[in-house]
Amino acid sequence: MSNPNDVDAALALWRFGLGAADGGITAIKDAPRDLLKEEIAERAVPTPVGAQLRSGSDLLVALYEYQKQVKAEREKQPATPAAAPAMAGANAMQSGAAPADSPQGPGIKGGQPGAMQAGQMPPQSQSMSMDKKPDAPVSKRPYFPQQILLAEADARFNGTIHQPLIGFGERLAMFWANHFSVATGKNGEVHILAGAFEREAIRPHIFGRFEDMLLAVETHPAMLIFLDNQQSIGPTSPANKNGKRGLNENLAREIMELHTLGVDGGYAQDDVTSLARIITGWTFYRDEKRPGPLGKFIFNADAHEPGDHTVMGMTYAEGSMEQGRTALRDLARHPATARHMAMKLARHFVADQPPPALVKKLAAAYTKTQGDLSAVYTALVDADEAWNPMLTKMRMPQEYVAAMLRTSGIKPKPEQILSMLTALGQPLWNPAGPNGFSDVTDAWASSESLATRIDAANLFAHQIQAQVDPRAFAGDRLGPLLTADTMQAISRAETRPQGLSLAFLSPEFQRR
Amino acid sequence: MLCENLTPTRRAVLGTSGALFAWAFMPRFAHAAGGRDPRFVTIILRGALDGLTAVPPIGDPDYEGLRQSIALRLDGDRPVLPLDGFFGLHPSMPNFQRLFRANQAAVVHASATAYRERSHFDGQDVLESGFPTPGHVETGWMNRMLEGLPAGDKIDPGAAERVRGLSVGATAPLVIRGKAPVLGWAPSVLRPADGDLAPRLMDLYGRTDPMLSKLLIEGIQTGKIASSLDMKSKGGPGDPNGMEQMARGAARLLAQPDGPRVAALAFEGWDTHAQEIDRLAKLLAGLDNSLAAFEQELGPAWKDTAIIVATEFGRTARINGTDGTDHGTGTTAFLAGGAVRGGRVITDWPGLRQNQLFEGRDLAATTDIRSVIKGMAIDLLGASAGHLASVVFPGSESVQPMKGLIV
Repeated sequence: MSNPNDVDAALALWRFGLGAADGGITAIKDAPRDLLKEEIAERAVPTPVGAQLRSGSDLLVALYEYQKQVKAEREKQPATPAAAPAMAGANAMQSGAAPADSPQGPGIKGGQPGAMQAGQMPPQSQSMSMDKKPDAPVSKRPYFPQQILLAEADARFNGTIHQPLIGFGERLAMFWANHFSVATGKNGEVHILAGAFEREAIRPHIFGRFEDMLLAVETHPAMLIFLDNQQSIGPTSPANKNGKRGLNENLAREIMELHTLGVDGGYAQDDVTSLARIITGWTFYRDEKRPGPLGKFIFNADAHEPGDHTVMGMTYAEGSMEQGRTALRDLARHPATARHMAMKLARHFVADQPPPALVKKLAAAYTKTQGDLSAVYTALVDADEAWNPMLTKMRMPQEYVAAMLRTSGIKPKPEQILSMLTALGQPLWNPAGPNGFSDVTDAWASSESLATRIDAANLFAHQIQAQVDPRAFAGDRLGPLLTADTMQAISRAETRPQGLSLAFLSPEFQRR
Repeated sequence: MLCENLTPTRRAVLGTSGALFAWAFMPRFAHAAGGRDPRFVTIILRGALDGLTAVPPIGDPDYEGLRQSIALRLDGDRPVLPLDGFFGLHPSMPNFQRLFRANQAAVVHASATAYRERSHFDGQDVLESGFPTPGHVETGWMNRMLEGLPAGDKIDPGAAERVRGLSVGATAPLVIRGKAPVLGWAPSVLRPADGDLAPRLMDLYGRTDPMLSKLLIEGIQTGKIASSLDMKSKGGPGDPNGMEQMARGAARLLAQPDGPRVAALAFEGWDTHAQEIDRLAKLLAGLDNSLAAFEQELGPAWKDTAIIVATEFGRTARINGTDGTDHGTGTTAFLAGGAVRGGRVITDWPGLRQNQLFEGRDLAATTDIRSVIKGMAIDLLGASAGHLASVVFPGSESVQPMKGLIV
């Protein structure tokens, strides 16, 4: 299929990236497909940065320290309510002259163009008590894992999503983090680690080999905790001398069902059990009883089920960690895995029911290169089926929010971004199960979801610099995808924010 | 007043007022000497208010024919509030009528900016920027006016840090953006308003996307998506309660001895292409209650206050096919406040006969809104005519300040 260049440019940005930033379509319209392939060749994956974005193991150490402090403070609790009245007094003084008011009381808002002179009118007191008090007891501060999650969200939604020209790498980071889902709701450890997991296990391998990503994922503490592998003990291993503990198949099953072969990938219960035995002992330094670098992966030979084990017809000889490493490599290279990944990528980028020919092409590229992901993406970009100008898929909430931010350049507080993602039904890194969030349009096509999108679009539209003309905005960002009907609706809007809301809510902005 | 003789063309009071109010042109120190500490408020109505429904010319023989099912009458279910016999006032505005009768409110009818196209954004740009053409979106006329006001007088008692401007709402209206420092304030519950986003989306999806269209209809039917026609109270500038809340908060800040003296607010939702009767009934009540809130909260400062309510343009003289009106030209502005010389509908009424309509469709504009603002700025705030003509409203030398608007 050959499209005019500006159509290809718009599709590159909107279907393969996270939407066009100011002038984005013009910037790539000379050679959109080539530039997209250049991002693949350059392995363009931005790195989330932020002072709090430490390594997963450092974060776990900090979490354990935090949990200890909270526990200690709770134990000596009863006699401490003295601090609260003192703070209330300070606030009362501050708010004395504020115009006592309407139901909720006015609060001075700063931060808008021209707003200043905070001292002129006394600020309202409510927000004061919400502020972090550095000296407050640990247990009174905001939940530590949530603080880290906010920093991780900030580094992405106000950082990486704005970076590369097209943003294909960032889209892939979202795709693979959802493919290898962990859920922050599991416990404090996964909550604090979810971002580090994506930084450490996903991003480095996005343009590399699938088997490397797979190994990084299955040995990351976040995944080991999320799917309970650190509890799985070889039934006849030294660690189970008293015979009271045993296998937990959770991770092994999801590796086969979700991460590699797919539910129809031809495995049986015996294969699951066997793989579970192979990865017994895959855990991490979690407590001080086992001396070592806290929070780091360890192969614990004591808990490993001895012996040879057979998975999918292949027998893996006893060989500690290497046994599992080889088994994962073979699963990664299995034809069922090639088909599964090809299907998921084609469904994500092209259509809920992707053309079978396209899936075949991707699977062939995968198989031929033994899972070189860059080769698969190149096959995708080279396939005409991927460039059909019909926009059929609904953007998932995470992409939708990212597109609104990327196109408008606004940088909302991460609290607002996280709560919006939750309201839209895609709480960041917290799906209901290990299968992640659905990637088909029907899952997101509900009136509730549309109602929330309307609120979200409205909210962001009001944060955009008031000078932005919605007609110019829609024309520049959507380019040839913009329909005359949408342009007319935007032109007739009553206010600029309403025009921008309509742009955000237009079919061409919600679909890709 | 009802028996006043009506003439097809009503030359307003402008010509006669100059002599009476000559004192107003004395140097502004006169105000300080007289102890006036003025307040000046602009309320922008975004979406284009239908002046013919807000202040219907019930004495005009062509009015009912043009407006048909949405025409307002002196009798019937919802009788208009009489103003002067020729013009009535929308029944949702009893407070304005009270102020009008107390000579503290006036209407400027058949007024407009210099803009003659029909885009909301461009029209609002012209109204708020003070430039005669769209595209000037960095600063607004109120802010540039503040910059030019003489120092060392009541409105700026020497303190360099003194903030004289107040912007109300989640985002500062263009009219008050600029270099002069402005305090920003919004009711804490203020949410961006939907306006009438839902019906607009309904129209767009209906033409482009059956799936989204179905979801939207479902959402509206089940009450998940607010359709502005029922205007569930959400707060914010498109909601009557939100308007009053904004006005009340602004008034309290303006009332303070060292508070700001000039404020800008923007109310939304006036683009009444359909169901105009119901929608304007609610919105105008919100505006009316807002004016009452200013009066109430400003207390003694009310006597030194002038509020101007203006919109980007008017609407078609004729009713459209959906019980509403489309984008037009001439409309009404409202003036209110103890400093306003009220009790008058100020107009050079152009008439509503076919050949009197602008481009055969709109109420023609016979009063330039800039002349009204200029007149108020000079007489109330002591602004200089030269600064107003060159900086505040660039290129408006030929637009004469209207005299006699301020007591």
